[in-house]
Amino acid sequence: MKLELRGITKRFGDFTANDRIDLVVEPGTVHALLGENGAGKSTLMNVLFGLYDADEGEVLLDDEPVVFDGPGDAMAAGIGMVHQHFMLVHPFTVAENVMLGHEDVRGPAKLLDVEAARAKVREISERFNFNVDPDAVIEDLPVGAQQRVEIIKALSRDASLLILDEPTAVLTPQETDELLGIVKDLRDAGTAVVLITHKLREVQAVADTITVIRRGKVVGTAEPTASQEELASLMVGRAVTMRVDKEPAKPGETMLEVDGLTVVDAAGIVQLDDVSFEVKAGEILAIAGVQGNGQTELTEALLGVVPTDAGNATLDGEVITGRTIKEVLHSGIGFVPEDRTEDGIVASMTIANNLILDVHDKAPYAKGGALQPKVIADEARKHVEQFDVRATGIDQTTGSLSGGNQQKVVLARELSRPLKLLIASNPTRGLDVGSIEFVHKRIVAERDSGAAVIIVSAELDEVVALADRIAVMYHGRIVGIVPPDTDRDTLGLMMAGAHDEEEAA
Amino acid sequence: MTATVADAPAAPVSGAPIPPKKWGAAIALGVIALLSLIFFGFGTPAGSTTRFVIARKTDFIQLPSLTVPSELAAILLSLVGLALAGWVAYRANQRRKVGIWLPIVYGMAIMGALLTWAGAGREATSIQLTGLLTSSLFLAVPLVFGALAGTLCERSGIINIAIEGQLLAGAFLAALIGSMAGNAYAGLIAAPVAGALVGLLLAIFATKYWVNQIVVGVVLNMLVVGLTGFFFSTLMSDDPSLNQPIGLEKLPIPLLSKIPVLGPVLFNQNLLVYILYVAVAVLQIMLFKSRWGLRVRAVGEHPKAADTVGIQVNRTRIRNTVLGGAVAGLGGAFFTVASGLAFGKEMTAGKGYIALAAMILGRWSPRGALAAALLFGFADALRVQLGAIGSPIPSQFLAMTPYLATIFAVAGLVGHARPPASEGIPYKK
Repeated sequence: MKLELRGITKRFGDFTANDRIDLVVEPGTVHALLGENGAGKSTLMNVLFGLYDADEGEVLLDDEPVVFDGPGDAMAAGIGMVHQHFMLVHPFTVAENVMLGHEDVRGPAKLLDVEAARAKVREISERFNFNVDPDAVIEDLPVGAQQRVEIIKALSRDASLLILDEPTAVLTPQETDELLGIVKDLRDAGTAVVLITHKLREVQAVADTITVIRRGKVVGTAEPTASQEELASLMVGRAVTMRVDKEPAKPGETMLEVDGLTVVDAAGIVQLDDVSFEVKAGEILAIAGVQGNGQTELTEALLGVVPTDAGNATLDGEVITGRTIKEVLHSGIGFVPEDRTEDGIVASMTIANNLILDVHDKAPYAKGGALQPKVIADEARKHVEQFDVRATGIDQTTGSLSGGNQQKVVLARELSRPLKLLIASNPTRGLDVGSIEFVHKRIVAERDSGAAVIIVSAELDEVVALADRIAVMYHGRIVGIVPPDTDRDTLGLMMAGAHDEEEAA
Repeated sequence: MTATVADAPAAPVSGAPIPPKKWGAAIALGVIALLSLIFFGFGTPAGSTTRFVIARKTDFIQLPSLTVPSELAAILLSLVGLALAGWVAYRANQRRKVGIWLPIVYGMAIMGALLTWAGAGREATSIQLTGLLTSSLFLAVPLVFGALAGTLCERSGIINIAIEGQLLAGAFLAALIGSMAGNAYAGLIAAPVAGALVGLLLAIFATKYWVNQIVVGVVLNMLVVGLTGFFFSTLMSDDPSLNQPIGLEKLPIPLLSKIPVLGPVLFNQNLLVYILYVAVAVLQIMLFKSRWGLRVRAVGEHPKAADTVGIQVNRTRIRNTVLGGAVAGLGGAFFTVASGLAFGKEMTAGKGYIALAAMILGRWSPRGALAAALLFGFADALRVQLGAIGSPIPSQFLAMTPYLATIFAVAGLVGHARPPASEGIPYKK
């Protein structure tokens, strides 16, 4: 099936997410839609899939204009979509998820024909060698298998055009390679595939055609033979360096020592399993791993948000586990949470107030129980300038800032205390390239000023670029700690749980 | 990697979590059995006897009444309870669960000990077993309908606190229409309409205006209390013919109703109770085996996933909430036409909230709702029976037992029950 988009425009209020986008996808090809986070790729596909109504423009299938009222229409027309956040009902089995929305029924009572759904799952699973059990419950499956269930879901309703939205964000490098193999098989079977991504390696590996989107506009097309630097500059709009400039680390005394830290969550599941490591002053320890392998629990346990069940952590000789969050913060820890809109800022409060969240009860910001607006405003102006926060003023609500500027506010607050340890979780997630460079620079500067730094990142590129040492986590354990020049395949295997003996560095 | 995927969930991975041993249930059951042994077992005067009457005089098959030595029986029954608690502990040590038979047998043993103790040495009175079971079922009827209503709504993602109001509205309209038509069945038809209207209001506020569902539910309860109270003290007191104590007659089912003990309990009932049996069975099958049920559960768990496969999330929720309201409204008919009573102000007396607890204890399934509601009904019936034979326990404490049972049930025993993931969260595109 041939898909054509003509002049698609989608606005959210004043913001134009898609600006007159044209796109043609030929059957039996892989069309990569390349762009930074927030460039408007997902919006475009949601328009195509019927989740959003386009303000202007039209969609043509095999040269016939079509209008989709909802995802149901899009699927009926042969379009399948694998969303970035999987659309799977967790307590359901694979077969139930696959049949949902177009269930076969049998018998006089018209009850569900589960056997038919099972057969369908088995058939597709065998055809593409997916190895998915139709009776497995989704929440028991690893992420890679869940993604294959999503693909089965699309194929089970005869999708001849498959949209994959950032499909590799949650996969290990090996799972990514497998997925790209599947994409090639699908293409060879005649399916048109739209691959939405910001990862250049994947594009080069499978794409037949590349369309680059920047700020809601198509800025060009490229051949798959184009170099990474060419693609990146097209995507970002200027020449970019693919690495972080930093001097070799000069590690000092051991600053943070974590010994046997264990966290069991409310449901009785061990989230952090006997984790021990140390970080020296003036070095960056990056924690790599697929999302959800205990990284969040580790950082939150160090801060004291999550209660620990065993083990302890000492910062510069002082035990920090079992103390209040306030005490931990003021003992010299800076914390950049992984979800800045949820945990990093109070969106409805002004920039100035967000900047003093941690010290609002201390002089000179408060005196005799009353806030000192003048002091707070002066301090805020200083920070806004220092951290290059682009805002109309310090009284703008933080929620109305762009992601990059919100993150700068968080950094400005957390770095304004004298730090012995900086913990940053996915500090550049969802940021534009300019902001990423800025954040990286500040983190390296903090290291160079003698603080110990822990970076958690799901992006292997970021880990490799920033780390002085890399710790890989899997299922709540640290699989190994390796030097930053370890090759990606080894790191990938470790992220999938393979034990690594070379505990170097 | 691919090769390991199919059996990945079963295969123990290094660092995979081992569930902790759960001792809570074993300890709770053990403590209760021990208290039962001390109070009911050793607290029974030696040498006294307790008489259980199994069949009523009107029953087709007459069974002799059973007289047991009180102390021995109470001690033995308590020991059975202790043994069962020990079994639970043994299984917990192996991280294994116990069958559904255990709580049932355990409950029967401890209740038996309690009854033996209460009836000990009272030559003039006896424990009416059939009567106890009949009134258990009778008192459970509104709870079952209420819990079914809650299950229907919450499975689709809407929290229905307004069950209380739906019961009350159903009770009111059943009495009004039944009296006007001079026919209790007309009331039975009217009751679900009243409940559905309350459900519709809840659905509109929840899906169109995204109002907090618990707040709306409580407000709706107040609204129904106010409205029915107003009409009761104006319309109905001005013209008493609009509020007559008319009742549904009993419809004994041939043969089945002749079975000893259970026959008269289960099969000599009015139409509303038979509707209840059918409703539980049909909803159990529909919710878990039909297309409709699959979609409803998907909407309650992950509405966006349902939306992306073309299921209308809010339409499903509205439909279920209205249907749930109708079911609760039908249950409301219990208070008036099914009991042969006239409508009275706030006559539902919190049953809607107990029904919510039954829904949770029943883990959001119709079958479970029935079992939980029967348990609560039994606790209530026990209070009535023990009060009647003049038990040594103050009736105020007995009156509390169903509510205490509710708190324990909701807080402790269902710690692992998981509500539909998206309940109470409005679906916004």
